[in-house]
Amino acid sequence: MIRSITRQKPLAEVLELLGEMERVFIIGCGTCTTMAHTGGQAEVLAMKQKLVETRKVVTGFMVIPVACDNLTEEALQQNLPAMKESQGLLILTCAFGVQTINRFLDFPVIPALDTLFIGKEIGPGLFEEVCIQCGECILGETGGICPVTSCHKGLLNGPCGGTNNGKCEIDRNKDCAWTLIYERLQKQGRLSAMRKFQPAKNYQVEPKPGKTLFELERSGN
Amino acid sequence: MARGLREVLRSGEFVVTSEIGPPKGSDVSKMTHHIEMLKDKIHALNVTDNQSSVMRYPSLGGAILIKERGGEPILQMTCRDRNRLALQGDLLFAYSRGIRNVLCLTGDAVPVGDHKTAKSVFDLDSTQLLRAIRVLESGKDMGGNTIEGKVEFCAGAIVTPEARPLEPQLMKFEKKVECGAEFFQTQAIYDMDNFRRFMEYARRFPVKILAGIVLLTSAKMAKYMTENVPGIFVPQTLIDELANAPKGQALKKGIEIAARMVRAIKEEGLCAGVHIMAIGREEVVPEILQAAGIGFNGQKASDAGT
Repeated sequence: MIRSITRQKPLAEVLELLGEMERVFIIGCGTCTTMAHTGGQAEVLAMKQKLVETRKVVTGFMVIPVACDNLTEEALQQNLPAMKESQGLLILTCAFGVQTINRFLDFPVIPALDTLFIGKEIGPGLFEEVCIQCGECILGETGGICPVTSCHKGLLNGPCGGTNNGKCEIDRNKDCAWTLIYERLQKQGRLSAMRKFQPAKNYQVEPKPGKTLFELERSGN
Repeated sequence: MARGLREVLRSGEFVVTSEIGPPKGSDVSKMTHHIEMLKDKIHALNVTDNQSSVMRYPSLGGAILIKERGGEPILQMTCRDRNRLALQGDLLFAYSRGIRNVLCLTGDAVPVGDHKTAKSVFDLDSTQLLRAIRVLESGKDMGGNTIEGKVEFCAGAIVTPEARPLEPQLMKFEKKVECGAEFFQTQAIYDMDNFRRFMEYARRFPVKILAGIVLLTSAKMAKYMTENVPGIFVPQTLIDELANAPKGQALKKGIEIAARMVRAIKEEGLCAGVHIMAIGREEVVPEILQAAGIGFNGQKASDAGT
């Protein structure tokens, strides 16, 4: 399953963001940040402990099952009294969760995590980005491996000169996407796909900020 | 005035190019000194573009300085720092200032440089930039709009004959040819047998290849390059040769090695010429040329009477 991959901000940064807020309510998420061990029950309790140690008052805490879901509104209502006692919400969900909570409540929101990318867990504690949602899918010509996401430079026409024995110039732990694509296409006897010139990409398929309205097909067709 | 690079490439003479790196700052005196020193000893001079993702005086500025001093500049353009609007605009500006040669590169990654938190662009890649040049030459921009005044460039690219795996690089080389590259300057080569094999392949294409000669200054540098720099292979025999040089003589040995390679490539007629890169040691390029028996404008030293 695709996940929002997050990392905890350093405590010093969290404290700086909280500033003069003395009473804080903490929110975690039961889905992505639980799996990534950045904002599940255990991390929420650990954060509570750290805040208490810095002489903050934690008025309450909760772990919402799926913070980015619309049901979050109901979950939040149940904890309104404790939230009202706080001066702000410290949120250990991804940025989608923070913004969802922000839509339903009018409290100051402070993110305790940084959202890194949308990806999946491919091993214990190992996460990989899978799609940057570019709006112009090229996977059919790249052996099902996305160079827009997996090549550091997002190159469309083959590897750069920084490729090194299958690894990327920026990090020996990162695979060169174009070497993977080459190997896959070679195995499938489809190297001709790699020889095709890809023209300059359309980076405005859905201009930022993404907002699109699909016409719903009428039923009965 | 220097002859145009395209004319030289077509003449069949042994072509010699080199490169200068612009300064970190606005003081161009050292770069200007290098330009004065090299401009009449080689056919054309590259100017690197924020090389290794390190912010510097722009390649366009360096190319204009070369042009103003009667040299023949090769403007290096990477896709890392500019989108297609900026790249096309700079090409128009370059043409208006008499710059006729462009080397199209992807560009190193931002995190390897000195502004590690910068946003990298890569709106185009090197093949698409080559194509953009040919589109501009047709009188249109990439948006399909008519441009006023013509542009015309001798466009080149790079290729890495020692890349592992090699085939994806060769496929990209062929795309660059397809997109309009007329000449290639290779990544540094040190193994002549590997380079011969590469040339057996590359000779089939209607492009001129200039072999990349990067000056080795010590055994330590050679070892570092072969172990860490993508696409570079330095044979152990060369590392040993540098290591065995008398104390303080490693640079001299490096010059000798570079000159030997240039001479071998020329005598064997392996490719159209050489591109000599003496990163940070531009002042020794004339020594390499002299030791290789290359005199004024690519002629033998004896022919030129120097």
